[in-house]
Amino acid sequence: MSADATRRAGNALSSTPEALLSIRQVVKQFAGRPVLCGISLDVAPGEFLTILGESGSGKTTLLRLIAGFEQLDSGEIRMAGERLDQIPAHRRQVNTVFQSYAIFPHFSVFENVAYGLRAKGVRKSEIPERVTRALAMVKMDEFAQSAPSKLSGGQQQRVALARALVNRPRVLLLDEPLSALDANLRRQMQIELKSLQREVGITFIFVTHDQEEAMALSDRIALLRGGRIEQVGGPREMYGHPATAYAAEFIGQTNLLRAEVRDGMAHAGSIVWRTFGPPGETKFSLRPECIRLVPSSRPQPTADVSIAQFRGRVRNQTFGGAMDVLEIDCGDAQVLRARVPSPGPLNGDMEFEFTANDAVRLREGSDD
Amino acid sequence: MYSRAYKASVMIPPVLWVTAFLLVPYSMLFGYSFWSVSPSGVIVHSWNLQNYVELARNPIYVTVLLRSMRIAGSVTLLALLLGYPLAYYLSFYALKRKELLYQLVIIPLCASYLVRGYAWKTILGSDGVLNAFLQYLHITHRPVEFFLYSPFAVVLTLTHIYTPFTFLPIYASLEHVPRNLIEASHDLGASPSKTFRRVVLPLSLPGVLAGATFAFVLTLGDFLAPLLVGGPSGIMISNIVASLFGAAYNWPLGAAISLCMLLLVVGVLFATERFEKKLTPS
Repeated sequence: MSADATRRAGNALSSTPEALLSIRQVVKQFAGRPVLCGISLDVAPGEFLTILGESGSGKTTLLRLIAGFEQLDSGEIRMAGERLDQIPAHRRQVNTVFQSYAIFPHFSVFENVAYGLRAKGVRKSEIPERVTRALAMVKMDEFAQSAPSKLSGGQQQRVALARALVNRPRVLLLDEPLSALDANLRRQMQIELKSLQREVGITFIFVTHDQEEAMALSDRIALLRGGRIEQVGGPREMYGHPATAYAAEFIGQTNLLRAEVRDGMAHAGSIVWRTFGPPGETKFSLRPECIRLVPSSRPQPTADVSIAQFRGRVRNQTFGGAMDVLEIDCGDAQVLRARVPSPGPLNGDMEFEFTANDAVRLREGSDD
Repeated sequence: MYSRAYKASVMIPPVLWVTAFLLVPYSMLFGYSFWSVSPSGVIVHSWNLQNYVELARNPIYVTVLLRSMRIAGSVTLLALLLGYPLAYYLSFYALKRKELLYQLVIIPLCASYLVRGYAWKTILGSDGVLNAFLQYLHITHRPVEFFLYSPFAVVLTLTHIYTPFTFLPIYASLEHVPRNLIEASHDLGASPSKTFRRVVLPLSLPGVLAGATFAFVLTLGDFLAPLLVGGPSGIMISNIVASLFGAAYNWPLGAAISLCMLLLVVGVLFATERFEKKLTPS
């Protein structure tokens, strides 16, 4: 076996063969305080991966390790099979869009974008065309000669994006790039960012604490919590099948039901539904929109075992246009939140139902 | 918001101060520079340009002025060469030692100028510390004379005294260089040395300029260091002014030189300010 084949075989053991970026058991501490506690993650070429987490979850640290601004304590990061973590930042084929944009104040917009090309010794004749094209891509070509101080936050954001993309990195890192923009501009930039990523086909690793943003943009989301990965998956999977109570509550809204499983049925107070898996005390997540009102024309309990029916009193009803939010008191101090097509004013005891499979059995999180 | 009377009353102290200690003395200086001294040693209050003619005619003044500027230039250069790396180290690499090192730079400023001047005299003199050390090591066999009482001694002493003044504005400007710009530069593929040349140095130039101005202007007007360690060959323009106002008793000529110096310094300040405005991104 050749050395090359051996290495490939070695990699195949530890990471998926098609991974562009492979993060293995990464540990990082700051002054003895663990920030990342053994992160492993693979990023496929061309993927839009979001690292989602609240502040202090270690998401920015992970990004800075990939960029090379921090050194890891143990573990490794590989790009296309080669060790990345031992290469200095300026030799990595990775570019970053900083949260505060980090535009050079003493250069024009053009020179900011040309900076990386000049640093890498790209032929002088090639620079103007590449810079102009990169600026056109973010619709900033008419500002080429402007001073950065004359630009708005959104415009600086675009320049930062052009400055990174002009280098054709293999991976683009984005550190909460939209967090400083107002809501409207932010939504617009989200759409542009997504279409830009499809256009250039570069792998994006996007850090945010905003779960809606993560859902809207990502092919996959890695949810970080206290320096550990809580769950990795596509937005639909993360929403539809949260692994833990933390994931269920962080992404979207949910009802957490503490239930006892026995004989293939879960019992949470008066609510009973069919489930699979081992018996015992466990938690379930039930999204508010999965709960339906049982039409009054069908008063008898259904015989279908895949449907769970329960009785509850509407404690509160919030009108929301197309959908109303109901607070349902099911007794035993159990209050469920339901989002139903606006039924008109409700009061008193009502019958509700949900599909048994919509109640997702949760794994115990690290400190639940 | 405030009444006119209130505004006027706060204005009074600074106006009085500037008038009494700046405008009046400078006006007097200006007046004196056009008077002259009679052979019997009395100041003659008749307007003439005699002092300025004397300045241009007698090469001693031009020689000493040029020497003063040379010394000021050398001190500025040395203070920058010492101050910049020191400030750079403190700002970027000192980490926990930063506070301590900063204080160590500042503390000498609290010591009397005279003490520091005499210290150099003790170090550089023929039976001084340096000569004793060199002889102890058998590098030299008799005291080296040129250490003390030379332009070299003046430059050394003034560099020691004015380096903190150069260090401080450089340090301040380096502290204000946003650290994420340095990361952005590395991120875009610039090596540490390229990052220094294209990002850190340009952004710290205003501090360099301010520090250089301090060192140059303060040195140019210095008269204690040449007095203590300069000797006849290390005399600077201020020593001449001092003696003209003292033993030589020629206030008019002294005033004329002072005014020339003042114009020179104002010119330097004006030029650096214009240059700094050009450097600072709007």
